[in-house]
Amino acid sequence: MDRRFFLKGAALIGCSAAAMPLFTPVSFAAMPGENRLVVIILRGAMDGLDVVQPYGDPDLRRLRPALSMGPQGGALDLDGFYAMHPALKSLMPLWQKGQLAFAHAVATPYRDKRSHFDGQDLLEAGIAGNGPVPSSQDGWLNRLLQTMPETSAETAWSVGAQEMLLLAGRAPIRSWEPDTDLALTPQAQLLLGQVYHDDPLFRQAAEAAIEIDTRATEVMNADAAPQAKDAPRPSNAARLAAYSAARLNEEARIASFSITGWDSHKNQPGVLGGALKQLAEAILTLQRDLGPHWDRTTVMALTEFGRTVRQNGTQGTDHGTGGAMLMAGGAVRGGRVYGDWPGLADGKLFEDRDLMPTRDVRAYPAWAMAGLFGIDATRLTGTVFPGLDLGQNPGILL
Amino acid sequence: MTVQFPELAAIRLGFGLSPVLPPPADPAAVLADVAATAAAAPSLTTAQAQQMHLHFREIDKKARDAGTPDSPEAKEVRRTMVDRRAMFSRLRMADCATAQVGFGERLVQFWSDHFTVNPQGPGVAPMVVAFVEEAIRPNINGSFLDLLTAAETHPAMLLYLDQTQSVGDRSPFARKAKKPKQVGLNENLAREMMELHTLGVGAGYTQQDVRQLANLLTGLGYVPDDPDQRYFPRRAQPGAETVLGQTFGGGRRDGIDAIHQMFAVLANRPETAKFVARKLAVHFVADEPDDALVSDLAAAWGKNGDLPAVYAVLVSHPQLAQHFRGKVRQPFDYIASGLRALGMDRQSILGLPDQQSRRWFNRAMALMGQPFMNPSGPDGWKEAAEAWINPQLLAQRIDWAMSAPRILLPELPDPRNFMQAALGGTESELLARAVPRAESIRDGLGVVLASNDFNRR
Repeated sequence: MDRRFFLKGAALIGCSAAAMPLFTPVSFAAMPGENRLVVIILRGAMDGLDVVQPYGDPDLRRLRPALSMGPQGGALDLDGFYAMHPALKSLMPLWQKGQLAFAHAVATPYRDKRSHFDGQDLLEAGIAGNGPVPSSQDGWLNRLLQTMPETSAETAWSVGAQEMLLLAGRAPIRSWEPDTDLALTPQAQLLLGQVYHDDPLFRQAAEAAIEIDTRATEVMNADAAPQAKDAPRPSNAARLAAYSAARLNEEARIASFSITGWDSHKNQPGVLGGALKQLAEAILTLQRDLGPHWDRTTVMALTEFGRTVRQNGTQGTDHGTGGAMLMAGGAVRGGRVYGDWPGLADGKLFEDRDLMPTRDVRAYPAWAMAGLFGIDATRLTGTVFPGLDLGQNPGILL
Repeated sequence: MTVQFPELAAIRLGFGLSPVLPPPADPAAVLADVAATAAAAPSLTTAQAQQMHLHFREIDKKARDAGTPDSPEAKEVRRTMVDRRAMFSRLRMADCATAQVGFGERLVQFWSDHFTVNPQGPGVAPMVVAFVEEAIRPNINGSFLDLLTAAETHPAMLLYLDQTQSVGDRSPFARKAKKPKQVGLNENLAREMMELHTLGVGAGYTQQDVRQLANLLTGLGYVPDDPDQRYFPRRAQPGAETVLGQTFGGGRRDGIDAIHQMFAVLANRPETAKFVARKLAVHFVADEPDDALVSDLAAAWGKNGDLPAVYAVLVSHPQLAQHFRGKVRQPFDYIASGLRALGMDRQSILGLPDQQSRRWFNRAMALMGQPFMNPSGPDGWKEAAEAWINPQLLAQRIDWAMSAPRILLPELPDPRNFMQAALGGTESELLARAVPRAESIRDGLGVVLASNDFNRR
């Protein structure tokens, strides 16, 4: 444990601990192994064709005269066919180390409607279907927890103010917005502990909140220490990643947060560039803060659907179908782009406008769960992703 | 603890107690408040919301067509729309925090949630406010049938539940469509109308009923450019439909009338009476209300859903006292009750700068789990205490309790007086002992506002 945290924590509770049992130590329950999974939801439909540009496909130039220019436009060549968007340049060392991968031409079973909200709900619910997700629906990460025997609320964290359907459900989880500052004086904390004493709902929530807030303060302090005073504030995504990493360094094995800003109907280079920088920062923050745990970590960044293959009249793209996902981490067999490339030629597009999906995007997290947590195929296709065609193991894990 | 009626009514049926507004003396005062609330002029009309919607679309389109989506004019109108959200939250907060009794405004909230709307799209947000003000508010004290009719035919509902897209397969519109395969029926409104608005899920209707109701509803619609027109015969499925064993429509020109007949059938079903009665009991009395209360409320339903009669049973029901503090205030109610307890007047709430109302209303509500005007699904907000109190959500309430008062008020009250004003003697012994021991006025006020006594009702 970080010494600074220990002292700070002790000071914070010093005067109350004797008087009130406000601060219950977290029970260290048996953990579901040492492997870690981070799922990042990219809200707004990331243009996979611009992030992993198939510049080797002769039709790309014809359909996108001014977007996704490949190495010519500063993209980083990956394998002679695909090139990575220039805004992901800071991830190139990960690619070279084999700790970054993509899967292309993937989609959820959602078709034709192209609504962000329905698309995101379906992605997070992890069910097949084509319309509004029932409000009682739980998310696939929660169902994963329901199939794992030895988890506690501390095992999985939903980080940030965004509600994550992905983690909603029967299995208990923790959620926290790292910006929360309880700012309680020791006396106020003591008094609240007394006031809540006879109300278990409030008492337990407050105990956990104070405990979590103390750990959040630790993250912020640890973060601030090596930085100069005038250093720029880390991006929102980096902040969520730092908090996730801190939890994953302790009891948590699963963390999830979302990054918004992918809806690039116009001025796509600007919109996508900004969002990708946030994503890259989040991944590099995870790598840095997870330290040795990075080697057992798998990061998966998923989006609700791809965008139109043709660029539109305002230097952007509209809602489409097939897209791409990103995988990173020391546990990932990286340095490659997974998936079958369907091609962009006439007649090869979905409804003559979108990238044709060649694999269900859920297959990748499913195979990751099988490898990371030993979840068998019956549970994967019966409970976690009902009705999913698992297909062949793509071998994304080392 | 025996709670007197005025405190009980203010806390359970309104937005709590206030240092400047006396609590209602008796059930008659509570019921009179509903009538007064329904009669109040709308703060935004549907016609005004439509104009804003059209104006926004026009400028947005002009900017897009000109290839300058970020023109100063477009940016300005977009910013105005964002600012409006802060303005809307101030307005609703002021209405609720300064209402004479509060039961009427609580009912406006309740029915707005029962008929949840959340249409997305550029410039459409004011329509949600107009929905609350024109479909809900004037109808909270009449028949359920009138309320149902107003809610289901309002543009905000038609947009939200996709009715504007729904077209009969055999309608003239579908037959002449350029891409007939992309034009057809949408069941969304029909399904939610039965499942969420009237009969309740599992009430014995079938998928066939949903489908037939969806067909019956075709023709009902809304287009921004022709805002007064709500029925488009060319989109309606020809022929009669059978819903819940009764046949509707089929005549040449009776499309909208048949839909209105259908509303009356739904409003008069015993399942609807029971479903709505239970929902009221859950919202106002207990997460798991006793069946006796639900039956008593449903028994007052009468023809078409006699809402004042139902409220009369609710406000004088013994279970109101028995389940005291059995509910957790939702974030909106929590903040409105906080402003009320702090004695803020209407002008000082409305006069808050956008930045502050965004921080202490809109952002605070989002962090407490109830983003303003933005429910995640048509089933509306959750009712269970556990849905609103977990570590993260309670931390945000504590943060608000400790920080908001000194931002919102020029001068802070003495915490002991504040406790008396906010809780009127209903506070627990634990809270009464804790407040005088606070080190500062800030802590004292914060402990009262963060207490389970204040967060529950």
